[in-house]
Amino acid sequence: MENPYLPYPVRIEKIITETEDRNLKTFTFSFINPEHEKKFSYLPGQFAELSIAGKGEIPIGIASSPTEKGYLTFTVNKVGLVTSHLHNMKEGETMGIRGPLGNFYPWEQMQGKNIVIIGGGFAFTTLRSSIIYMLHPENRNKYEDITVVYGARTPGMLLYKQELEEWEKRDDINMHITVDATQDPTWKYNIGFVPTITEQKIKTADNAIAIVCGPPIMIKFTQPVLEKIGFPPERIILSLEMRMKCGIGLCGRCNIGDKYVCKDGPVFSLAQLRDMPPEY
Amino acid sequence: MKGRLFTKKEWDKALRELSKSQKIFVPAKEKDFHNFTVLDNNMEPDFDFQNTRLSPKSIVFPQSERMFEYTLDETSPDAHILKEAPKDFPPQAVVGIRPCDAHAFQIVNVNFDNPEYKDPWWVRRYRATTFVGLGCNEPCSTCFCTSVGGGPFSEKGLDILLHDLGDRFLAKAITEKGIEFLDKIGSGKEASEQTLKKAALEAEAALGKISSSVPTDRLKEKTEIELFDAPFWEKIAFPCINCGTCTYLCPTCWCFDIQDEVFRKEGDRIRNWDSCMFPLFTLHGSGHNPREKKVQRVRQRFMHKLKYYVDKYGNGVACVGCGRCVQFCPVNIDIREVFELMNGY
Amino acid sequence: MLEYTPKIREIARGLLEKGTVDVFIGYRKGSVPMMNEPVLVTDPAQTDVLHWDSHCGLNLCNYLTKRTDRIGIVANGCNSRNIVTHIIENQVKREQLYIVGIPCTGMIDHRAVKRAVNGKEIKEVQENKDTFLVIGKDFEEKFAKKDFLQDNCSVCRHRNPVEYDEMVAEPVEEQEAEDVFADVKTIEKMSPSEKQDFFTQLISSCIRCYACRNVCPLCYCPTCFVDESQPQWVGKSIDPVDTMTFHLLRAFHCAGRCTDCGACERVCPVAIPVRQFTKKLNKDTLELFQWEAGLTLEQRPALDVYRVDDYNDFIL
Ligand SMILES: Cc1cc2nc3c(=O)[nH]c(=O)nc-3n(C[C@H](O)[C@H](O)[C@H](O)COP(=O)(O)OP(=O)(O)OC[C@H]3O[C@@H](n4cnc5c(N)ncnc54)[C@H](O)[C@@H]3O)c2cc1C
Ligand code: SF4
Ligand code: SF4
Ligand code: SF4
Ligand code: SF4
Ligand code: FES
Repeated sequence: MENPYLPYPVRIEKIITETEDRNLKTFTFSFINPEHEKKFSYLPGQFAELSIAGKGEIPIGIASSPTEKGYLTFTVNKVGLVTSHLHNMKEGETMGIRGPLGNFYPWEQMQGKNIVIIGGGFAFTTLRSSIIYMLHPENRNKYEDITVVYGARTPGMLLYKQELEEWEKRDDINMHITVDATQDPTWKYNIGFVPTITEQKIKTADNAIAIVCGPPIMIKFTQPVLEKIGFPPERIILSLEMRMKCGIGLCGRCNIGDKYVCKDGPVFSLAQLRDMPPEY
Repeated sequence: MKGRLFTKKEWDKALRELSKSQKIFVPAKEKDFHNFTVLDNNMEPDFDFQNTRLSPKSIVFPQSERMFEYTLDETSPDAHILKEAPKDFPPQAVVGIRPCDAHAFQIVNVNFDNPEYKDPWWVRRYRATTFVGLGCNEPCSTCFCTSVGGGPFSEKGLDILLHDLGDRFLAKAITEKGIEFLDKIGSGKEASEQTLKKAALEAEAALGKISSSVPTDRLKEKTEIELFDAPFWEKIAFPCINCGTCTYLCPTCWCFDIQDEVFRKEGDRIRNWDSCMFPLFTLHGSGHNPREKKVQRVRQRFMHKLKYYVDKYGNGVACVGCGRCVQFCPVNIDIREVFELMNGY
Repeated sequence: MLEYTPKIREIARGLLEKGTVDVFIGYRKGSVPMMNEPVLVTDPAQTDVLHWDSHCGLNLCNYLTKRTDRIGIVANGCNSRNIVTHIIENQVKREQLYIVGIPCTGMIDHRAVKRAVNGKEIKEVQENKDTFLVIGKDFEEKFAKKDFLQDNCSVCRHRNPVEYDEMVAEPVEEQEAEDVFADVKTIEKMSPSEKQDFFTQLISSCIRCYACRNVCPLCYCPTCFVDESQPQWVGKSIDPVDTMTFHLLRAFHCAGRCTDCGACERVCPVAIPVRQFTKKLNKDTLELFQWEAGLTLEQRPALDVYRVDDYNDFIL
């Protein structure tokens, strides 16, 4: 019998420190058994359980795109038991990955639409996955305009800085990078909170769908802005976090009403969330 | 098959014989109460009981279960790689399970054995278990099985139903598994029409002895949000001490936690029962807790059983009316009153 | 003690009507025999739910922790001592409280009653001063209350509240218990391995539901040591070593604070006499520091102060 709790063994190929506070690192993994890579077929928005023998498992959004073959990446914020241990691990070490888990952004529904991506802080991970996925030559013509608003506290807290610069240079994606504040005179992008920049830069909700990921406070203030621009709740897509263990809807802990965030989510539309008890 | 009769002596002897070749759980007295225990020569089963203090869920879903093992010894090529803890799942039986508790296994089964995911430990043990029920001639005053889709002689979830006729058991096989089990026990005697009639009357009478009832008919009508926002939660929650008594004793609570434990260089990944009554259940690494207050946790327990489960699976409430939480909640929070409040809202 | 009920209702109604308190905490009659439910009353018209009898064996002080409103509360001897402890430990302020004192004649041991009727289902228990009548489907039996007191009540030496604003009745006579610590002494005489066996056996059926911890007013830490994950002091499975660690550490955290109210023992769903742990520490604090918890607001608790003449034989 297939054991859905059994992680695939993986090797840490690369570790990059992303932010100036050194609390965010991006880990690149490769599967030890190539069979497992084939089984691990995912779409942007899904997550996986990273498993460290002796410490436990943590749900982390997949930051790589399925168009990037041969490896998986995750960007992890150091907060507690497992994440702290992971931050101390070295390239070449063995651990486990279980997944892919949960649902993904509504890729079907998004075809032929203008895509607005709004991200804040380190919740940008599955949004990176989405951007890479859409920009891939095989996929780019499935979507109309792609607009990205991405903010962090300071320039040093932005993730994936090199890629951000590359995207800035492209003409098939509109980038609006912003920081809350900075003393850096060479900063060439926006200054201001994500909701404010969203209001300035996003002019229309026509044929558009918005994907929003960020800290609760950012989500709270971005929602009304999007609704003002004209996005109906069905076209505002959010990704939620809950404490998780099994990741497959069995252990009972991540429910909001009758939905399990791990299995029925983590991606929900605002319309769906309005029918669920506000307990997240 | 209509029914076979066994004298209690025969039954006891046959069970003991069978217990040499397979695991059989029977109710046995432990301190002031009963619990299911593995039958062996050093113990006396006691079928003269109302219900066991702990539900029999642990027979399929133990409180602590080793899932995986691993070594952290770097000299091993398999260091840090999890392997399923070796176990086998030979046929086993639980004899004397009350109909409510057997019904509970069905309710929980839809969680652990669903189209997308199968919990390997639950599924294998559940399938390997024969459920031999014992009808309730004398239900307790806190039982309300008949309001929630069961009954003192309900066959839901059972392979065999036993009826205590004083000095004899009348055994009725319900499933193939049940027939096989009875064959192993022995032939017994074919019950006469008269005995069957007497048993049927007694079962009928037992139905009338259920003195508690709860309403469930309107639970579907209200939305989750309406019930979630209902004004009565604070009042229900006030006395609650957020212990694990109700959820650990309950036959339909299935929530669990997963933990790693290491001794020297050898480690296990273990799953343990958990409870939505504990604050830790939902605490994020960031410190945010969506169910930080006790009223939120109390609401979760009742909403899960009486609303979320109802909406999700459409097969009734996740409560079989065994009355354990009613009797043993240390502060007397009575789910029957919560049924009234939620259904009447 | 049934006769206290009307008086409690009257006092509570008066306090709520006059606005002396915002809320009143007491018991209401339970939905199953020998069980009562803690209740919070805010409306003077609702005070008739309040009830008192010999099954009020929880500890209402548990519901005071970190409250900021003005509270009326019923308190018998042990509960009042926990309230004193709560005040000393800054969990609630004396000025917030209006304590309605209950002269207590002890709580009935529900397990002993069930044993006495051979586990037959009890439908009702009617109390009548020194006796009570147990009614089942086809039986009725009358018992003397003194033979069925909870273990802690049978050796209680502080039945009257130590701190109160008003009493519901005249104080009762205190008991001259022969030997409060007879059970502890028996265990003390055991060899270390006998002790280990004794306690291992004692907790063998523990399911770690934490009812004993949560029902105790002393256990108010924001994060209990059993719930810490960094470092993790105790494993979470039902491994006997972890379970023992929980029980021993919990008992130590209650040293010099436990009033032997018996709530922990009363609520355990699998009937573990958990007081065997705390009582030993009560005995030690009494013998080594002449300290009993919660008797006065004037003195700091034994483990809170250092005195040069403190017991220190353990220092090598
Ligand atoms: C769908 C999803 C995607 C996520 N994506 C990312 C990501 O891309 N990058 C990132 O840094 N973080 C992400 N998180 C949050 C991350 O899972 C937690 O920060 C992490 O579990 C904390 O684990 P810890 O052991 O360090 O913390 P501790 O507080 O020590 O936690 C102990 C255990 O509690 C559980 N737990 C604690 N907090 C959370 C939480 N917020 N969510 C779920 N389980 C929790 C875990 O099982 C963990 O093993 C995501 C969470 C979810 C649900
Ligand atoms: S048993 Fe009672 S006190 Fe304990 S968590 Fe359940 S409802 Fe609350
Ligand atoms: S909720 Fe209570 S009555 Fe219902 S099945 Fe669980 S323990 Fe039994
Ligand atoms: S969520 Fe609560 S009530 Fe529901 S199964 Fe889990 S522990 Fe039981
Ligand atoms: S109440 Fe009883 S079963 Fe629960 S943790 Fe305490 S001793 Fe263990
Ligand atoms: S994490 Fe177990 S049900 Fe969602």
